[in-house]
Amino acid sequence: MVTKTDDIEMRLLLEAIYHRYHYDFRGYASASLRRRLGQARIRFGFESFSGLQERILHDPEFFPQMLNYLTVQVSEMFRDPSFYNSLREKVVPYLRTYPSLKVWVAGCSSGEELYSLAILFREEGLESKTIFYCTDINPEALRKAEAGVYEIGRIALFTENHQQSGAQTSLSDYYTAAYGGAVFDRSLRKNVVFSDHSLVTDSVFAEAQLISCRNVLIYFDRELQDRATKLFRDSLSHKGFLGLGTKESLRFSRYSPDFSDFDPKNRIYQKEAGI
Amino acid sequence: MVIGASAGAVEALGRVLPALPSNFPAPVVVVVHMPADRDSALVELFRSRCRMNVKEAEDKEPMEPGTIYFAPPDYHVLIENGNRLSLSNDEPVHFSRPSIDVLFESAAAADENVVLGIVLSGGSEDGSQGLRAIYESGGGAWVQDPMEAEAKLMPRAALVACPSAFKLNLSEMQSRLKEFAA
Repeated sequence: MVTKTDDIEMRLLLEAIYHRYHYDFRGYASASLRRRLGQARIRFGFESFSGLQERILHDPEFFPQMLNYLTVQVSEMFRDPSFYNSLREKVVPYLRTYPSLKVWVAGCSSGEELYSLAILFREEGLESKTIFYCTDINPEALRKAEAGVYEIGRIALFTENHQQSGAQTSLSDYYTAAYGGAVFDRSLRKNVVFSDHSLVTDSVFAEAQLISCRNVLIYFDRELQDRATKLFRDSLSHKGFLGLGTKESLRFSRYSPDFSDFDPKNRIYQKEAGI
Repeated sequence: MVIGASAGAVEALGRVLPALPSNFPAPVVVVVHMPADRDSALVELFRSRCRMNVKEAEDKEPMEPGTIYFAPPDYHVLIENGNRLSLSNDEPVHFSRPSIDVLFESAAAADENVVLGIVLSGGSEDGSQGLRAIYESGGGAWVQDPMEAEAKLMPRAALVACPSAFKLNLSEMQSRLKEFAA
């Protein structure tokens, strides 16, 4: 089988990025990465990935813009409301039994998932005993997460999702509208630690009772999915919970025996005892 | 083989997919535009009507011949090197997620070269660029005759973007696909 030139160039580009900037995308699923790199190539006016590679290698100030293409920043608050509903009804009763809680939002991107959880934890009265760890590899995404400002046009969808998630409060209790943006209340970030962390190259993060990592693993190839899953397993406390995206599963994973299907429909897993 | 359809999809697919024999020698991946917030009924609908296996595409699933994979609502489906599927949450393309272009372009770029792309009835331009990419990578390109399609925009756009594509009506597609299988 002949390797297509495009594929060779893409591999070399990812090697170049790794060696120059220590961001490792070599284990990402290549089809969607190829598409996003293709968009960057066109946007910045290069004929080939090799041309793009030259610019990346020689212009460090250019790289942060590339990082926005390499990482996916598509998210919404309370995406898949039934996931949050299940957290409320099935997971929260377990979490109530702990004196203190750690929650890790892995691959938090611009923070929509974090604020959803922070609001849910406040509604459920768990906020004051919880520390949230919110991690991503993209510094710009982390800055956005820390700012907590979202376009006002997105709020209608967020509000509808929030209502469907079994909320007892109104989303408008948590933000103020200003200059076309919805600014989320800084008190929601009181117990949040924002941090640069890579599921690809970094190690165990904290001992958490709940890890939420939704629609991140789909961007990884099988091997890297296994690495991240092992990291989650090792970062979870005894019988801790792992929430994945609605179309993600541990079914094909090497580490699936270490988890039980807590809520299969909503892809909430629980770490088996004694692991 | 990859197929994309939008408005009028159920009727058009209802004539193409049930015509395929259970031993069809390739996997078939189908993108149909649909609302993001509902579970798709397509798998159930076609499972009862098709001789091939019918299932929803799962992330990193190996593709098998004789199986039809439908894109899940609100996710793009792509073909990876090594005959695996993957899902993505990237932005909608032509206001659609799943998008036909995303699937077709990934099929064109994957290391398995022999791909047939089919654009059926639909009311958007999604699929036209992807069909051209498949054709340019050496794959086959079929488009439902717009005269016959319930929604003509998508097949028309595909024929403009990829003028060398075969323009076929559904019964011609049926008989050609049966030849493939034989």
